[in-house]
Amino acid sequence: MQHKIDTQSIGPQGEVMAHAVEACVHCGFCLPACPTYAVLGEEMDSPRGRIFLMKEVLEGNLQLEEAAPYIDKCLGCLGCVTACPSGVPYGELISTFRGWAEPRRHRSPFARAFRLGIMELLPYPKRFRAGAQLGRIGKVFKPLLPQALQAPLELLPERLEPAPPLPEFFPAKGPRRARVALLAGCAQQVLKPNFNWATLRVLAENGVEVVIPSGQACCGAAAMHTGERGRALALARQNLKAFPNDVDAILSNAAGCGSGLREYGLLFVGEPEHEAAEAFSKRVQDVSAFLVNLGLVEPPALKQPLKVAYHDACHLAHAQGVRSEPRKLLRSIGGLELVEIPEGELCCGSAGTYNLEQPAIAATLGERKARNILATGAQAIATGNIGCFTQIQSHLRKLRREVPMYHTLEILDLAYQGKL
Amino acid sequence: MNPALSELGRIYPPERLLVQPGQLVPYESDALTAFRARPLAVVLPETTDEVVQTIGWCARHKVPYVARGSGTSLSGGSLPVEGGLVIGLNRMNKLLRLDPAERVAVVQPGFINLEVSNAAAPYGLYYAPDPSSQPVSTIGGNLAFNSGGAHCLKYGMTSNHVLGAKVVLPTGEIVELGSQSLEGVGPDWLGLFVGSEGLMGIAVEVTLRLLPKPEKYHTVLAAYDSLEKAGNAVAAVVASGLLPGAMEIMDHLAIEAAEAAVKAGYPMDARALLIVELEGEAPEVEAEARHLGDVIAASGAYEVRVARDADERAKIWKGRKAAFSAVGRLSPDYLVQDGVVPRSKLGQALLEIERLSQQYGLRVANVFHAGDGNLHPLILYDGKVKGQLEQAEALAGEILKLCVSLGGSITGEHGVGMEKKAYMPAMFSQADLALMRRIRRAVDPDELANRGKMFPHSEAPALTPHGPHPLEKAGVIWRE
Ligand SMILES: Cc1cc2nc3c(=O)[nH]c(=O)nc-3n(C[C@H](O)[C@H](O)[C@H](O)COP(=O)(O)OP(=O)(O)OC[C@H]3O[C@@H](n4cnc5c(N)ncnc54)[C@H](O)[C@@H]3O)c2cc1C
Repeated sequence: MQHKIDTQSIGPQGEVMAHAVEACVHCGFCLPACPTYAVLGEEMDSPRGRIFLMKEVLEGNLQLEEAAPYIDKCLGCLGCVTACPSGVPYGELISTFRGWAEPRRHRSPFARAFRLGIMELLPYPKRFRAGAQLGRIGKVFKPLLPQALQAPLELLPERLEPAPPLPEFFPAKGPRRARVALLAGCAQQVLKPNFNWATLRVLAENGVEVVIPSGQACCGAAAMHTGERGRALALARQNLKAFPNDVDAILSNAAGCGSGLREYGLLFVGEPEHEAAEAFSKRVQDVSAFLVNLGLVEPPALKQPLKVAYHDACHLAHAQGVRSEPRKLLRSIGGLELVEIPEGELCCGSAGTYNLEQPAIAATLGERKARNILATGAQAIATGNIGCFTQIQSHLRKLRREVPMYHTLEILDLAYQGKL
Repeated sequence: MNPALSELGRIYPPERLLVQPGQLVPYESDALTAFRARPLAVVLPETTDEVVQTIGWCARHKVPYVARGSGTSLSGGSLPVEGGLVIGLNRMNKLLRLDPAERVAVVQPGFINLEVSNAAAPYGLYYAPDPSSQPVSTIGGNLAFNSGGAHCLKYGMTSNHVLGAKVVLPTGEIVELGSQSLEGVGPDWLGLFVGSEGLMGIAVEVTLRLLPKPEKYHTVLAAYDSLEKAGNAVAAVVASGLLPGAMEIMDHLAIEAAEAAVKAGYPMDARALLIVELEGEAPEVEAEARHLGDVIAASGAYEVRVARDADERAKIWKGRKAAFSAVGRLSPDYLVQDGVVPRSKLGQALLEIERLSQQYGLRVANVFHAGDGNLHPLILYDGKVKGQLEQAEALAGEILKLCVSLGGSITGEHGVGMEKKAYMPAMFSQADLALMRRIRRAVDPDELANRGKMFPHSEAPALTPHGPHPLEKAGVIWRE
């Protein structure tokens, strides 16, 4: 598409955005892949509509505040990227645009405080844990709270599991086949500590030794995707320093965090560390992809057959192209029957902090996902992302149809232990 | 809000009456972004009654309007009329009835083409017309453009698969055209509506014919070292008496683009690829497959592949169906053209297009429904280079004239819309056009429905972002 974006005056970020706008031919193949278009049925809530809006704002033809509500409604699920035949790097466009737009936005004091609250809480497991404890108490007062504050409370579990501190080093079992560094992830350390423990045990079982660098920070994805570029950069700089070079790969077991790390190249456009950040990004892999490449040590077969639905986290499937690997891992467990979820490409509505900022759309998508999962008749659900996990669990609970949920690696862990 | 608009506000809740600039901008174009126009408002009806009330409002206030499905028109068909109303029908997307015994489906206009086949699949049925845009485009849009697809060679276009339509006329009356069965009474009124590009009213319910899914497919991919050989192979297949479900050709630029987009596994060194698909009852397809094998072997293909299973077949088609949009990877801008030549003149037309491409210094990618002579030259240009768009449009014009002079047509399936109306006189006589116009005025005296489209010398095109349209400069079209 033609544009008149003045890349000179916007700088390197301008180039990134202009390149994406150019690639779009407005053919509309993104429409059926877009969750907000599915729910709202409006052109401005579709990827090509948003591209049009961003272009107009960047060209100076449209006030930012006119476009902002629709840009905000984008989940950043990147379903459109999978669907796009023209190869529009939509993720790069929306992230960069949000970063460009944020300092120019007019937000109410409440909205500012709410965003600040999320940004000061989520990336810091200790604070988040304390906040979550408070939140559980706060649930009692939920009906009295403004709508915006009810959504986060709904996602909190009834009780927080104990979270023993993670080791800095976890040795391989038997002969060492590889050495990796693990990003521990923020929210999951509080909400689902077992994700990391299961990951460590499965890696050990496969002859992989793991370091968990203590200096690591939040990946910064949430900040980056909501336009808080400064915060994202600060967190990312810590990680560039903290992660060692003497490892075969940097692993993540949370889709959103892994794709965040893989976006450092984009985040650092125009910064002195750009090259180092690109190199860092290339070393990052999702744990499932790493295990498939390494060659999984075959787990023992299940005692009883189990029908499992695998839920594709958008930031694995769309952002990282990791679809077959988790399925391969699960299929390698004898007696496990894998089923596909109808509309599997469609986001569950979690999308980082989206379910906090756009609770209504998130809830519609969450319920739709839960119903689609239930339609499979699966006895258990596997996924590779803490955000999807809490979102789906909370919507199954709302439908009063709870199905046991696991991280993909938890299922492998249980299989190795013979507990499934 | 002006008084007329607030009257509209009594029909629609605020979330379905869009008036803010941020809401209107995304509706300014369809899939032909060279044209843009800002509508007065966009409404999103959910019921027939809302459509009727809206049309009534337009008639009272003399506001022109355009119906919009998914906005994938490639000819400016769903481009708004400047200052007019856009009636977005994508929310009227229900399947009203599916009758497997009668083999019909009744859908609202915003129902997506591919969803018809998905809904019919459990009964072993499907909806045959398969435009490449089928995962996106709506039945309403398909009807208005009489859309076709790869498999229309054997089964015909949309018009062959629509049994009836409930239409809100520009006067606000509701009429039922066609019938639920294949036999009708009197003239083919429905036929007049199909392909009328939104100028004769808005379809609010459409009855579609479903077909039993072919028992067996046999999909062949043949690679050639020249476009001409591929073209001749098409003629040879037809001459041999076979009637394949589809016959498609892609040239090397299109192959490159499609491969980059979906990794279909096409042979990358080919100058042309021919896809031929046989379909039907298993014994029949098997016999035909042997026959086809001989014809292809004799046609000079240097590599021939046969899809071994449904996945391989899907992969071959995926590349073909993604080809248009994928060309966006090769060039910042391009025009999709759509012209028809008699099948026997394919080779000649392609040579001539190649000559024109060299003359204009612009690359042209070719993807086309070879079986019915429907060419889709994609003209690659860079809008940032001054004058290139105008060059591209001039080249497109020459290709269309070429099609007409070879005895073909200026559009196979993408419609006339805004883009091709200036070429109508090349195909139709003054008397032909005058009759069409009289019929249109009989139905829509104020010419409110999709005003300014299809007829040459009808109201002017929207302002383009790059100054006067070349046809304007040539004095063929003008704006008031
Ligand atoms: C990548 C790509 C590939 C394509 N491939 C093909 C192809 O293979 N074959 C083909 O034929 N076309 C193709 N097209 C063109 C386009 O998809 C078709 O013309 C399609 O039928 C348009 O449907 P739509 O829902 O997007 O309609 P729109 O673009 O929204 O509207 C098209 C026209 O229909 C009118 N209209 C819409 N709904 C109604 C209604 N309910 N009642 C009356 N009029 C109505 C509009 O006013 C407009 O004039 C392609 C387009 C793209 C972008």
